[in-house]
Amino acid sequence: MTKMVTIEANPLDCYLRVDRIPHIWCASCGIGPATGCFLRAIDRAGLNPDKVSVVSGIGCSGRVAGYIKLDSFHTTHGRALPFATGLKLANPELTAVVFSGDGDIAAIGGNHLIHSARRNIDMTVICINNFNYGMTGGQMGPTTPLDARSTTSPYGNYEYPFNLPYLVAASGATYVARWTVLHLRELEKSIAEALIKPGFSFIEVLSPCPTVYGRLNKLPSGLDEMRSYQERSVIRDGADPRDVELSLNGPIVVGKFIDIERLTLWDCYQQVLDRASKPKKR
Amino acid sequence: MSKDDVLCGEFFINGDTACAEGAISAGCRFFAGYPITPATEVAERMSERLPQIGGVFIQMEDEIASMNAVLGASWAGVKAMTATSGPGFSLMMENIGLGVMLETPCVVANIQRAGPSTGLPTLVAQGDMMQARWGSHGHYEIIALVPDSPQEMFDLTVLAFNLSEQYRVPVLLMSDEAVGHMSEKVVIPQVNSKELVNRQRPKVAPDKYLPYDSRKGLVPPMAVAGEGYRFHVTGLTHDDRGYPVMTAEAQDKLIRRLVDKIRLNVKDITKYEEVNVDDAEVVVVSYGISARIARYAVQQAREEGIKAGLLRLITAWPFADDRIRELASAIKAFIVPEINYGQMVREVERCAAGKAKVNLLPHMGGGVHLPETILEAIREEAR
Repeated sequence: MTKMVTIEANPLDCYLRVDRIPHIWCASCGIGPATGCFLRAIDRAGLNPDKVSVVSGIGCSGRVAGYIKLDSFHTTHGRALPFATGLKLANPELTAVVFSGDGDIAAIGGNHLIHSARRNIDMTVICINNFNYGMTGGQMGPTTPLDARSTTSPYGNYEYPFNLPYLVAASGATYVARWTVLHLRELEKSIAEALIKPGFSFIEVLSPCPTVYGRLNKLPSGLDEMRSYQERSVIRDGADPRDVELSLNGPIVVGKFIDIERLTLWDCYQQVLDRASKPKKR
Repeated sequence: MSKDDVLCGEFFINGDTACAEGAISAGCRFFAGYPITPATEVAERMSERLPQIGGVFIQMEDEIASMNAVLGASWAGVKAMTATSGPGFSLMMENIGLGVMLETPCVVANIQRAGPSTGLPTLVAQGDMMQARWGSHGHYEIIALVPDSPQEMFDLTVLAFNLSEQYRVPVLLMSDEAVGHMSEKVVIPQVNSKELVNRQRPKVAPDKYLPYDSRKGLVPPMAVAGEGYRFHVTGLTHDDRGYPVMTAEAQDKLIRRLVDKIRLNVKDITKYEEVNVDDAEVVVVSYGISARIARYAVQQAREEGIKAGLLRLITAWPFADDRIRELASAIKAFIVPEINYGQMVREVERCAAGKAKVNLLPHMGGGVHLPETILEAIREEAR
């Protein structure tokens, strides 16, 4: 006989499209916990959820927009940042959040990443880094550590990866942090800070991908990868982003690296508006 | 929108500038673009004008970013556009498709130059006409307008915004280098807000709102970000809720609607101008800069007593199928001068369906046809 099971409502249901659950993510994937941190951070930051817009690109992390009950946009591969740029500039009252993956944001969308940071547009980017392209089955990308295995680097990756915090800090971001999905409390606090912080905020979130990356790199279960985070991570707030590069088995420096003040794109544009005179009448 | 935002009066300006002023008259308050010859003057004018009237101008890092910023701005409720030329138009293609899929009103001006690739950056062509129709992957329907003068750069930019708001589709302004850089008198009228179309907004409460509700028409009302509707939209095939559905049935329902919302309204959308067509035996079908030369050639032919006429396309897409079919049974031949090696001529041939001869007059780009070339072709067909 089938037994009826009543599942208690999740406290985050008000922010979820519950009619779309179950989600597509694999067991032990880190995107779900990171999404939970983001949703709790909205309350923690005291934001009006009606004014929060989430833009995602393509990939596993790109699916976040589809499960969140906020104004949410699932756009094309790599283009979440410029889409969010248009949203934010056309309505500066919106809190613009880009939630996407490392391949989306740092490979195909890498140009938009550095230019968004350079402009210091008021936006929060949550970048899930699972070191590979998960949705297409585990190919290497610009964050894959040297020597790591992937389905397109079967003999080991022979490219140097990006150090994302260093990249965005050098490009002009005013808030830069990195956490793993083991650091849920820190991550939630960090996202809440970033949401309120004017300017370009970037949070890298290291996440297990047991189905492909983990399996190919001797971390076959989600728990293995979490354990590896636990063993390897070191919290160093204020660390110089130059010193936080990641490697296959080396230390993982996490923390809030950058928190500085700089006029945002919108502030600078307001100065231009003051300078532009009304057209002469004829 | 304040009346002071629009510069009313008579001006001697080029087509690109007229396009920018047309956008402002239409209510456009967001421009994102990337410099490219021969479209840069649109961006330059917008960078001067939009800050004067509280709009937003932003120069993005490339045309892909420009197109996406335009889509984002439109979803924040602001009329938005970009302007580019061949290479940039190619880069925009994927996200023009996103605009079609999300049903996002916006305008893309393509001031055509000769290609392929970098081609002749400063010189005229009309080689992107089929790219305008089919350039993004997948099957969809698009609206493309072809201005033949700076005045029409103004007028058709206003029309482009109106059509994009009415049908929730990106509208392409397929101009060319000659029209974009040509300076002529342009009359900018007072804005009559009754003549401006704004997208339908939802009238239901947020919990009842379906982003792609097609029960009351093929063009669903559009919520914008920040108003509490908490909607989701995706480039994936989706249902009325905007949720992804990976089935052939969902694809069938969605694509039929995206196509039909244009296809079933072609009579309202399609525009063309006719000169001396009623009794004509030879009809020149042309558009943009080529139509100006064709007009002169037709005039010369009439002076020689030849029954020649001009059908000037104002919408390239949708194409004037019905009118060409009608004329095909009444005339001897169509002549199609265009600055490519045969693009819109395929549409003329398709509609003529063998009932009238169709004669392509190609020009590979970098210049325009000589009136004599068209006149000689008219004489030939009239013989």
